[in-house]
Order: sequence, then C-alpha cells, then structure tokens
Amino acid sequence: MEKSVQQDLLNKAFSIKKRFLGMYKAANAGHVGCSLSVAEIITFVRFNWMKDNDEIILSKGHAAAAIYSMLAEEGILSEDDIKTFYKNNTYLAAHPPVNKIKRVPFATGSLGHGLSIAAGLGLAQKLKKSDKKVFCITSDGEINEGSTWEAALFIAHHNLKNVVWLMDRNRLQGFGLTEDVMKLEPLDKKLEAFGFNVIIAEGHNFASLEEAKNKAAKSDIPTAIICNTTKGRSWKLYEGKLDSHYLPMKDDHYDVILADVEIDYNNQISKL
Amino acid sequence: MRVEFADSMIKFADTHPQMVFITGDLGYMALEKVQHKFGGKFINAGIAEQNMVTVGAALAHEGFIPWLYSISPFVTLRPYEQIRNDACLHDLPVKLVGNGGGYGYGIMGATHHNIEDIGAMRLLPNMRVYVPFTASDVEQSIEQMLADPHPNYLRLNQGAKIKYDVAPFTQWRKIKSGAKGTVVGTGPVVENICSLDIAADLEIWVVSIFPINNVPLELIESINSTQKLITIEEHSGECGLRETLSYHIMNHLHGPIKMLALSANGYPSGKYGDQKFHQAENNLGGDGLKQQLESFI
Repeated sequence: MEKSVQQDLLNKAFSIKKRFLGMYKAANAGHVGCSLSVAEIITFVRFNWMKDNDEIILSKGHAAAAIYSMLAEEGILSEDDIKTFYKNNTYLAAHPPVNKIKRVPFATGSLGHGLSIAAGLGLAQKLKKSDKKVFCITSDGEINEGSTWEAALFIAHHNLKNVVWLMDRNRLQGFGLTEDVMKLEPLDKKLEAFGFNVIIAEGHNFASLEEAKNKAAKSDIPTAIICNTTKGRSWKLYEGKLDSHYLPMKDDHYDVILADVEIDYNNQISKL
Repeated sequence: MRVEFADSMIKFADTHPQMVFITGDLGYMALEKVQHKFGGKFINAGIAEQNMVTVGAALAHEGFIPWLYSISPFVTLRPYEQIRNDACLHDLPVKLVGNGGGYGYGIMGATHHNIEDIGAMRLLPNMRVYVPFTASDVEQSIEQMLADPHPNYLRLNQGAKIKYDVAPFTQWRKIKSGAKGTVVGTGPVVENICSLDIAADLEIWVVSIFPINNVPLELIESINSTQKLITIEEHSGECGLRETLSYHIMNHLHGPIKMLALSANGYPSGKYGDQKFHQAENNLGGDGLKQQLESFI
C-alpha cells in the first residue's frame, strides 16, 4: 500500500472520528464505542475500495454517526446537516433513515437485515450483468440473528462474488461478550463451511485491510472478512468494555478521547 | 386459484420483463411452467422466508418487480419485520403471494392456516392487499398489482363459483340486490351465502382490496335501508373486515343498525378437517351459517 494512500486514509479516518465524536457529544448520545469500532473499516471501504456507484450497507445501523460523518467527509451531507444529528426534525436519527440520504439505500437498525439487503442488491447486479459491488458491514453480535445465516447460504449458493461481507468483530454485544452470550467461535471455520472465502484482518489497520482487499480480488467465491476490532477504541476508560456501547461521553471524557484519537493518529503517521 | 396464478405469471412475463419470481421452496406440480418461462429469473430462495423478503425488497430497489410465493403464513407472518422494514417502509413494489389464506390448507392444520394475514398486512405502511373472489379475478388482480407501485399481498384460495354475474375485479363489487339484509364479504367464502336460498332476499357485496376506502354510497344506502349488516370473512374479525368496515361506515349510518359478523374464530372444537369443516365450525358455511342468517333476518 502506497504511503500517500495510507496517509490519506489516516487523515480521513481522523477527520471522520473527530466529527462523529463531536456529534455524540452535542447529542449526549450513546453508541460511541460502536462507531469507534468501525471507523477505519468504513473509511477504508468508502475511500479505498468501493467505486462511486457501488453500494455500502451498514447493517450495524447503531453506528449511523460513523456513516453520517463519512458522508460529510465526501460532501454528501453538509456540516449544517451534521449539526441536526439526534435533534427533532432531523433526517439523521440514531439509526439510518428511510429513503432520504444518498448512499443509504435502506434504513437499518434492526439487526440481521443488512446481509440479505446485500444479497438482493448483489443478485440484482448479477441479473443486470452489472459490475457494481455491494459492501455489507455487520457487527459480530448481530449474526446471532438467523436471517444472517439465511443470507449467507443464499450468497454462497448463488456465488454472489460482488457481495463483500465485512464483520466488525469487537467481541461485544448487547449484554455481554459474544463468546459468553452465544458462542461464535470458530467463526472462520463456520463461515468457510457456509461457502465463503474467509479473511481475517486487523480492522483498525489500513495495511491489513488492504491485504484483505487484495486477497478478496483473487477469490472465485464470495468473501467474508472478519475484522478484529476494539469497541470504544481510544476511549481508554471504556475501551473493550460494554459501557462504550451505551454511555454518552462526559465533558472531561470527550477531551480525553479526542486527545487519544489524535495521539493514535500521530503514532500511525509517524510509522509511515 | 394457483393454476390461474401460474398462468398469469407466464402471461405477464413477456410484457413485464422486470418481473422476477422467487419461491420459498414451494410449487411442486404447480410452478414448473413458471420456472421454465422465467429461466434465470426464477429463484428458489429455499426455506428461508426472512431472507427471501429482504432479497425481494433489494431487487425492487434495483427496478425489478419480485413476486414472492409461499404458503400464506410463511410469506406474511414469518418474515413480518422484513416486510415492514425493507418492503413497506421503503415503499417498494414487492409482491407477496400467499397460497391458502384462511383455512385453505384444511387438514394440514393450524400452522398452515392464516386467519390473521389480511389484518397483519393491511396495517403496514404503503401495503395494499388483494383478495380475489373468483378464479377469473386472479389474472385481473395481478394486472392491477403490476400497475400498483406499492408493496402488495395477494391472498389465493379456491375461487368462488356462484350463479350470479360478477363484475371485473375491483375494490367494491355489488353481486346482487336484496331488501332484507346487506352482506359485505371478502374472499371466496362469500360463495357460501350466495348458494343459500336466503340469498334471494339479501343485497350482497364483495370487497377485494384492503385497506378499504371510499365505501360506495350505494352500499351505505343499502345498509341504511335494510338496517341489517352481515359481514363474512374467512379471517379473524378482530383485525379483519368486521373491524375496518365498521369504522369506515360508522359516520354514515342512520338509525339503529343490527350487525351479524361472521368470521374465523380459530378452532372451537380443537379438531381439524378440510376447509369446509373449519368453515362450518365457525358458522362460515353449512347449517351453522344458514341458521345464523335465518335467525338474524
């Protein structure tokens, strides 16, 4: 991966994180950790993988702020739009809305729908002989939903190689650790058994995501990328803890998180 | 109606190339010709109705008109949230087709019956429900569904065969005039009243598209004139025709109106049989229906 590309992605991810942290702070809202978990995945898919007319489906709709921030980064949403997040009379609800925003073809938030949406969009491209790709980002806890496995069977059976499934594997779900609530491991073997080209990547590392992208390009079957991440990354007090899913930031937390996000950014820039 | 449905799919496939047919692993001895006609656009989504509905919504988003076929409860109640979120909230032309609404699957038992489908579907945003009355209604209802840009549900059953002429498929149809009572029914079960001698004295209407609106003035005048309203449906009255019709006519009634609401109340004896058995148990057919009507009139 070229240094300039990596630097650009780090800049964009830094900007996206700063923006959504400001959104959560202004709204006094939770789900901060969910967006910190998926920020680099979204940044990488949008700015280094998908083409302009490809689709991105955020099945883990509770990280909507990360998508809104991404859309602001590419100019689809204005900074004035962003200021309406969580307020009355906004399109920018806590979960992606219906039929109102470019790049959000479907409202998500009820877990377990996104992969089927991706399957249908992928099938549509196949029928139309289009080369559009569909990127679907799920959480890991949401694959408790049986519909996800229905979709997985369907994608594999129809060999929808135009669907790329990225899973934000932060190992936390609604009320506990994924392995305590409903064991997912050995997840890679399960996905392989379902017929996927399974790639394990570091979900906060652009070089690792680039490697996954290159492996996916060589596959003759649909790809599922298990992206190992940390929920609440950079929110040191709650990093890797359930609290980062639910709790809004206190005033002093916000400044500390911002500082940690910046330190993380500077560290990665210095390693290039 | 399954034969007419399959024939219609084949007929309209040529004029509507955006049609895609998706079955939830059903169609043996029924859909083989449809499969042949649709070729690559015939998809067996397997026994996975939640995924099937969302795949349909995504296809509709991309400009296709997906027809999703299964036994009625499996295509309506099993994937209910997928219908609401992915098809209805986004107002996409997903066409659900449920075979055997009501007690249509007879001895197959309660899991295969559906006496809540019209109610469950009609209250979803943007959804319109089509309930053919006769076999010849099927093609006409499908033609109207193809022109309807919203999500739809088609309830298939055994088509009614009656001695009266039936107008082409539309929301409200008057079957015949009569002075002693006004019948409003939905679906082929209305045949059970039409076949009784007492039908000679009744005004009979069929409603075939839900949600209902614009109740015809002629129907309201009939109810006000006879002062006896009879509703009949092979469906729960709680969320069915009984409830919605009452609301829509309430402000137009003059004087006291008596109402006999005939509807499906589940399994009164806890026993199972064919469709006629269940209709009879619920006074929707047989001697029970006859006695109820004679007593009421």
